[in-house]
Amino acid sequence: MIRKAILAFVILLLGAGVAFFVFKSEPRLNKNFDTASSFFKNHPFRLGLDLSGGSHLVYKADTSVVASNEVNDSMEALRDVIERRINLFGVSEPVVQIQHGGLVSGSDEQLIVDLPGVTDVKKAIEMIGQTPLLEFKIEGPKEPIEVKPGKDGKIDLGNISLDQKFVSTELTGRYLEKATLEFDPNTREPRVSLQFNDEGTKLFAEITKNNVGKMVAIYLDGAPISTPVVREEIPSGQAVISGNFTPTEGRQLVGRLNSGALPVPITLLSTQTIGATLGDNAIMAGVKATVIGFLLVALFLILWYRLPGLVATLSLSIFVVIILALFKLLPVTLTAAGIAGFIISIGIAVDANVLIFERVKEELRAGKSVNEAVAAGFSRAWLSIRDSNISSFIGAIILFWFGTSLIKGFALTLGMGIVVSMFSAITVTRIFLKTLSFVGEGKVARFLFSSGISK
Amino acid sequence: MFIIRHKKIFVGISIGLVVLALASLFVFGLKVGIDFKGGALTEVVYKTVRPTQEELNKNLEALNFGSVLLQPTGELGYIVKTRDLNDAEHAKLLETLSQGKADSLTELSFNSIGPSVGRELTRKAILAIILISLAIICFIAFAFRKVAKPVSSWRYGLIAVATLLHDVIIPVGIFVVLSHYYGAEVDALFVVAVLTILGLSVSDTIVIFDRIRENLRKEANISKTNFSEVVGKSLDQSFVRSICTSLTVILVLLALFFFGPSTTKYFALMLTAGMFFGTYSSIFLASPLLVLTEELQKNK
Repeated sequence: MIRKAILAFVILLLGAGVAFFVFKSEPRLNKNFDTASSFFKNHPFRLGLDLSGGSHLVYKADTSVVASNEVNDSMEALRDVIERRINLFGVSEPVVQIQHGGLVSGSDEQLIVDLPGVTDVKKAIEMIGQTPLLEFKIEGPKEPIEVKPGKDGKIDLGNISLDQKFVSTELTGRYLEKATLEFDPNTREPRVSLQFNDEGTKLFAEITKNNVGKMVAIYLDGAPISTPVVREEIPSGQAVISGNFTPTEGRQLVGRLNSGALPVPITLLSTQTIGATLGDNAIMAGVKATVIGFLLVALFLILWYRLPGLVATLSLSIFVVIILALFKLLPVTLTAAGIAGFIISIGIAVDANVLIFERVKEELRAGKSVNEAVAAGFSRAWLSIRDSNISSFIGAIILFWFGTSLIKGFALTLGMGIVVSMFSAITVTRIFLKTLSFVGEGKVARFLFSSGISK
Repeated sequence: MFIIRHKKIFVGISIGLVVLALASLFVFGLKVGIDFKGGALTEVVYKTVRPTQEELNKNLEALNFGSVLLQPTGELGYIVKTRDLNDAEHAKLLETLSQGKADSLTELSFNSIGPSVGRELTRKAILAIILISLAIICFIAFAFRKVAKPVSSWRYGLIAVATLLHDVIIPVGIFVVLSHYYGAEVDALFVVAVLTILGLSVSDTIVIFDRIRENLRKEANISKTNFSEVVGKSLDQSFVRSICTSLTVILVLLALFFFGPSTTKYFALMLTAGMFFGTYSSIFLASPLLVLTEELQKNK
């Protein structure tokens, strides 16, 4: 008895702890969010595009020119290129996914690009469609850099950028034949070797000839990636970038250089943009519907099932905070459909409780004591609970397997709800009910454990 | 038991509703949205004044986008339906809508789906429906694998499938009527709603059938048992919990319908109808049908 009470207390405490986490890690709820620890800061709800506003683009990749065993590689290279272009644009948390062709999704290889917060589709499409630029720049004429002390007497060097010193040359990634990763035979340091084509070789020879002892900066998409110093004229069309990078960084650089152009051509299939206001309204409506739905279910449980109903409401609260915490920790990207799945799972979560309590009522009518009736209710209702949950769960899995991102969001939250509810509605409710066995066998106790309009 | 005594009335109501739903389906037809057939949907809201439809229509025709459908929304907004638009066409459309003054409106959302994406979703939806139906038939076959008397087990299965069809057809009928009068269109969520109804309502019917067979097993002498009495008793024992489990789901669905995001409104409504008729059918349709089959068998 005391052990049960302690267990119930521990579960309540854990539930409160999880609720505290959900609260603390939500910028809309926590007023001191800015000063919260990074653990909380790193776990806000992840909102889908239809809630946060943004653009959703679907591209078709034409892989007909690629050998079938290289399709995966070229799709991954494509994703890397596009991801890099988007990152340069400064979009927070972009998602670039490959959707492979197949029996279910059709024969096309597709690339799905989600850009939260980007509502200017035109800009987004341009940014993705542009060919990345590999440029070679040389040092410009030396200009004296003026540094004046500011008003407070300090000298601010932060404003002087390296860019100003370099001027463009004709040599670009168009003249690059290939880039390879190699290791310095003496120092074993990784370095990247570039091979230009004929025209590039001539250009490069000219540039190196005129800039011995100076820096040549290699720019990718407008950002300098390496600034080697020219030691002598290079007529062979071969250049080596030796920087202080690890083999992994070197390999990445090679990948980036070789993927100067998109590995496969892409065409835009569909676009979707959602304005931020529309998303905000959807969030508010979703929260409102969740709260009202929860209250309605709680009200019904308490009015109809009395004391067990109150216990079930408590388990349902624990269910809600566990699910919300999982949404944050996994994390699950929430969409309007996902919220719908979550709200429905609140209704389904108490199904098990309803089945159990109805059995308890039957057992009470059959003349059993309150304690016996509760025990029998749990064991007898188990089979029906298992069957109905399994059938719902199978449905959720099929929906998830075959769905588009929208359907997936719904299936995922619904499926998670079903699994977690098995724990909350059965285990948690049972522990709480057992601690309540002190109410005894009196008339009041029997009334409290009965349900509905029956006496 | 009241329901079993008046079984013909309840079965009649169900048949009537299904016939009505099917009739509306054939008369009005399903309006398929851009999710499936491809196309573009642009939602704009004007800052101060909304131009009249006639005004805009004239200019929109000049764009040569084929049929352009203007649908007023809210106080100051329009939803514009067109074929799928590329980037330049989208910009042109916005320019026309804003009548040259770019700051007179805000674009709330733009959704353009190519026909091939639509075809792909259609294929996925059909596959998902086939797969879920197969899974449900397997589930029913498993649940009724033990032969029961006096009604053979495959009849239970057949009736379960019939009830399931009933549970799906009526909400679809409601949706068709709504789409005729309020312009709702069949989208991906519609398919999810249908599939979810299939999954949720089958377990409800099976729970009641399980009770019937449990009570049949308890009877000492099956041949002398009054079948309709056993069914009535089983219904008595299980209809409260059947209603209660559905009620909790219906409560949250109603909250979702009345207060939830606009994108899931029709979805919530369809599921509510599905849950309601799913419960109705497992109590008022499946069991009466079972008794009717038994009577038919006896009269042979």
